[in-house]
Amino acid sequence: MKALQTFLRQNADDDLLAWRHQLAAAERFKLSLAEVEAAIFEAGLLPARYQRNRRMISTLQQAQLFRSLVAVIGCGGLGGYILEQLARLGVGRIIAIDPDIFEENNLNRQLLSTPSGLGRVKAEVAAERIAEVNPAVTLRPVRELLDRSNGPELLAGADCVVDAVDNVTARLDLAEICSELDIPLVHGAIAGWYGHVATILPGDRSMQTIYRHWTGGKGVEQQLGNPSFTPATAASLEVGEVCKVLLGQGALLRNRKLSFNLLDMEVEEIPL
Amino acid sequence: MRITVKLFATFRTDRFKIEEREVPSGTEVGHIVRELGIAESELGIVLVNARHAALDQQLQEGDILSLFPLVGGG
Repeated sequence: MKALQTFLRQNADDDLLAWRHQLAAAERFKLSLAEVEAAIFEAGLLPARYQRNRRMISTLQQAQLFRSLVAVIGCGGLGGYILEQLARLGVGRIIAIDPDIFEENNLNRQLLSTPSGLGRVKAEVAAERIAEVNPAVTLRPVRELLDRSNGPELLAGADCVVDAVDNVTARLDLAEICSELDIPLVHGAIAGWYGHVATILPGDRSMQTIYRHWTGGKGVEQQLGNPSFTPATAASLEVGEVCKVLLGQGALLRNRKLSFNLLDMEVEEIPL
Repeated sequence: MRITVKLFATFRTDRFKIEEREVPSGTEVGHIVRELGIAESELGIVLVNARHAALDQQLQEGDILSLFPLVGGG
């Protein structure tokens, strides 16, 4: 596609390509916005929407994020914020998995929930939202409960999996599946004012350690519920870890768990 | 012997944040948990001197026992 490369270079401002030119290229060359974005990176250019990323994420790294595939398990409290941040960060391919529909009690915290969306499939709403936020991102919605039977197929090829589920059984299963598939897993859980995050690489037994005293049932979230800011906090910490996993940068939250208490504003690091 | 008990998150409600306690030698972690009125089903992380501990672990003089509730929401 030499003509496309020429078009992109001609319309770039220094090395930044504005959104309107990306749209024009898609129309002119009959390509998807994702295909144009891939060509922008191939030309060594940067989509202008990422210009405020570039002091911390180079164009090469941004291209790496664009090529990455991240699976988010759960599109509720944690998942809504995680999906939003992954798409804005520029992760190019996302799988959003959730079997549920939106209910009224989701509205106090779940980013993807709105009064007009009550009764709608969470994964499908996620796809619509991400298509609005960053149309160059390819999001595959999956309305299924992830378990040990469908997990290996649904998660195959993912560079990172993000835990945004709401129960311990699913988390323990997820940790086993990811370990078997050799995929890093970023774990987060919340309850009321409290939450924790940990990054689990294949072979680590962190999830089993975190829940070693679990006897069944829910945690304190059952008594406390969850407000708006706790899922947003845990989700942000998780996405920061995903970014580092994908880019191989920084010190991961591995073999340790960060527990936060927003009521007393305390943070504890627990060895795993 | 003297031990220190540290409670986190909801375990502090109507209890305390940190407390020194005089307990008989050989006291097990689970005994303290029950004494505090904490159900086993509520337990998340249990640490003795920053190491994960089982409920039947015997405490030693000067040990610091930390208890965190189970957090599993999303």
